[in-house]
Amino acid sequence: MSTMEGQSASKYAEPNYLSATRGLKSWLLTLDHKRIGLLYLISTTVAFVIGGIFALLIRLELLQPGGQFMTSDQYNQVFTLHGAVMIFLFIIPATPAILGNFFLPMQIGAKDVAFPRLNLASWYVYMFGALFALYSMHTGAADTGWTFYTPYSTETTTSVISMTLGVLILGFSSIFTGLNFIVTVHKLRAPGMTWFKTPLFVWAIYATAIIQVLATPVLAITLVLLMLERAFGIGIFDPKMGGDPVLFQHFFWFYSHPAVYIMILPAMGIISEVIPVFAHRRIFGYKAIAYSSLAIAFISFLVWGHHMFVSGQSELAAAMFSLLTFLVAIPSGIKVFNWTATMYKGSLTFEPPMLYALSFLFLFAIGGLTGVFLGVLAVDVHVHDTYFVVAHFHYVMVGGSVMGFLAGLHYWWPKMFGRMYSLFWATVALVVIFIGFNLTFFPQFILGVRGMPRRYFDYLPKYEDLNVLSSLGGFLLLIGFGMVIVYLVLSLARGRAAGANPWGAATLEWSVGSPPPPNNFEQTPEVRHGPYDFDVVKPKRTYP
Amino acid sequence: MKPSDHDNEHLLHHFSDMDQQRESAKLGMWIFLITELLLFGGLFGFYTFYRAWNPDIFHNAHAALDVRAGTANTIVLILSSVTIALAVRSLQLDRRRRAGKFLLATVALAAVFMVIKYFEYSHKIHLGQLPGKYYHYTGIEGTNPHIFFSVYFTLTGLHGLHVLAGMGFIAWLAIRTFRNHFSAAYFTPVEMAGLYWHLVDMIWIYLFPLLYLVG
Amino acid sequence: MAHATAHKKPHVLPLKVYLRVGAALLVLTLVTVAVSFVHLGPYNLVVAMLIASLKATLVALFFMHLLYDSKLYFLVFASALGTIALFIVLTLFDTLRRGDIYEEVSRPITPDAVIYSDTARFDTAHGQALPEEGLMPLDTAGIVSPPLDTGEIGEQVDTSDIGRIRTGPGEGGR
Repeated sequence: MSTMEGQSASKYAEPNYLSATRGLKSWLLTLDHKRIGLLYLISTTVAFVIGGIFALLIRLELLQPGGQFMTSDQYNQVFTLHGAVMIFLFIIPATPAILGNFFLPMQIGAKDVAFPRLNLASWYVYMFGALFALYSMHTGAADTGWTFYTPYSTETTTSVISMTLGVLILGFSSIFTGLNFIVTVHKLRAPGMTWFKTPLFVWAIYATAIIQVLATPVLAITLVLLMLERAFGIGIFDPKMGGDPVLFQHFFWFYSHPAVYIMILPAMGIISEVIPVFAHRRIFGYKAIAYSSLAIAFISFLVWGHHMFVSGQSELAAAMFSLLTFLVAIPSGIKVFNWTATMYKGSLTFEPPMLYALSFLFLFAIGGLTGVFLGVLAVDVHVHDTYFVVAHFHYVMVGGSVMGFLAGLHYWWPKMFGRMYSLFWATVALVVIFIGFNLTFFPQFILGVRGMPRRYFDYLPKYEDLNVLSSLGGFLLLIGFGMVIVYLVLSLARGRAAGANPWGAATLEWSVGSPPPPNNFEQTPEVRHGPYDFDVVKPKRTYP
Repeated sequence: MKPSDHDNEHLLHHFSDMDQQRESAKLGMWIFLITELLLFGGLFGFYTFYRAWNPDIFHNAHAALDVRAGTANTIVLILSSVTIALAVRSLQLDRRRRAGKFLLATVALAAVFMVIKYFEYSHKIHLGQLPGKYYHYTGIEGTNPHIFFSVYFTLTGLHGLHVLAGMGFIAWLAIRTFRNHFSAAYFTPVEMAGLYWHLVDMIWIYLFPLLYLVG
Repeated sequence: MAHATAHKKPHVLPLKVYLRVGAALLVLTLVTVAVSFVHLGPYNLVVAMLIASLKATLVALFFMHLLYDSKLYFLVFASALGTIALFIVLTLFDTLRRGDIYEEVSRPITPDAVIYSDTARFDTAHGQALPEEGLMPLDTAGIVSPPLDTGEIGEQVDTSDIGRIRTGPGEGGR
């Protein structure tokens, strides 16, 4: 970063990663981590749109009690597809594979990830798995919910096998990405980049990668066993064959609970980057935030049983998992405390990335605290499988992960493409999304407490008002996300040049031109100070 | 950075020297190995949970397995582990032809393992000791003995697939070794194959007593 | 940084290390087979696992060079073993302690799989066959499980299996 002054404006004229080579083939066979990040950006955006359409279909159907335009079977398939597409095709890959791919090597001063070919392979595996999962729509989409619970998933006639096979393949893509990142962080840090000089986004992605590597293989074997149960009746999950359906939940949640942290940890990393930059202040409690990422990764493996409080697992296990669940609140609380403390007495500016980060704090706090309610055994028995749970995880997944992802996308967009989007429209879209989101999901907390069960095609008339509000919010979200896509795409053609360091940040990726050159750094950078030493670096804003 | 590494054709552009590249490959391989381990971990869980529920069935059913075949296979696999370790050692000392021969010996031993496995499987299929709903053997006392054979076939089946994959990979490396693709300066793929093969051996070291000896 | 260190010569172990470790593995294999013919009750499993772990340790330390390589690889390896242990041990807290308070949630739900029943027809496509004898709907709080309905699969989540407990006499005859 001492080279920051050396990277003068004349550098922009040199070829960047977008213009270095041309043609479709140069993209489809690229080994450049930045281009692979963009390939992921395109494909996961498509997945987000598809998953969003399913979400809107659900909200349309629930606009009024009684069947509207779907049969109950179709409804089961639609909410299954919504869940599976959003989780396996969008949230899990989104932040690590797009922003992690693009910026993790740059933030540690590396030319690329450790295994570029494996990185490209992971994208192809992702595409293959995605097509497989979506193909199952054609053959009669699974109607089991994204959790594939037995015994229903071993009995339904819908194409559970092709859906699970798709998810299995997607799992390998996730493993490849995680493996790549762990090795990159360990072996490719630039000289002087000690562990405690790496940006917190790197710590978060590293913790995520550990979970990806340790948990995903268990999902793989779970899905294989589920397929074998369907094909051979091996008797592990199917009670008719002497199996135990609760065991499936153990197998499934042993992956899928840590997977929730695969979704939220990278977002937390982004928030840790954005807040100090827009508070113009060194991050408060660097080590606490770094270690709490690892602590969340570790604790995530201890709490899966809290999804199963009413499944018939032993009372001992339920009590134990309930107690362990509360542990998660500690590292999460440490993070929120430190982010807030960073802003205290900072000189805050409210550009879109910061606004998204603040939305994240607000919404994630609600999502996290309602999670603590759900960890209480007695409360969970009351609200289990109601809309309270739906609202809780949408507050964490959309309010947390998606808001964090959007914060990161708006933060790094000028670096990725060299152009700034319209700050005005970004702020307007943020307000629409924030209102739309709360309108959609806050009523669902109330619906849940009043007893409306999730995954039901129909509901009692007394729930109608809140469902109408919720559906209305859903369409506001459509407008908001639509605006984001439009102004971001428009910025590629019309946006003003952003310059190397539009926000005045001090991490390494901002020390090179926007868009970055193909090999990131002309010379391997020599790191002499921390990622948030604004008082030492005194970075100059190049925008506006 | 060592000047000599600039001449090494195997150095990729984003590494600064061969040490960094080799250590990265090795760490990557270890992480790959633990994903394999966790894949088997789920199946070991399958074994543990059902054995804990039905110890008697597992005890009765395990007698149907052939201890002699299992012992023979254990010995074969340990020998193959020794030969591939020696192949890596030979390359460290730049004895390339000898390394190639050790790799071929490993493939041959793996083939012996698969042949023995084939005879075991066909015997079980003949008797109807099949997994899940295809089970129609009647000689085992107790409730749900088919679950033991589900465990047996999933564990040994997944392990067998790994042996087959390893055979193909090591055979390819043997050919490359004979073509002088590897030397004391660069033999990372052989070293990686060695790690993989030792892991396959290690998993069998647990499978053998769990399935054949104590059931 | 790791890559800034001086060039390390690859560590070449003497031939006899490999041969001795290989011989030890073969001897331990024969020992574990021999012990399995001695009846020790539950200790058979303990002894077999101890010997297997000893063998695996030898393979890891010498063949996989964990003894000589960076501690990082050891940490990676240990983290996987720890994760598997967590999974199995925490799940056993459930599976071994079911029915501590409410007996009807204890395993097994059905004592015998359908394949052992002469009357039940097993068909995955319409997996509705259940042995009728020895089973009756669980009647809790006035909720009676719906009767088995072989039509309209996928219409609703079939929970009839969960809602049934075994009430018939005796253990597992078939």
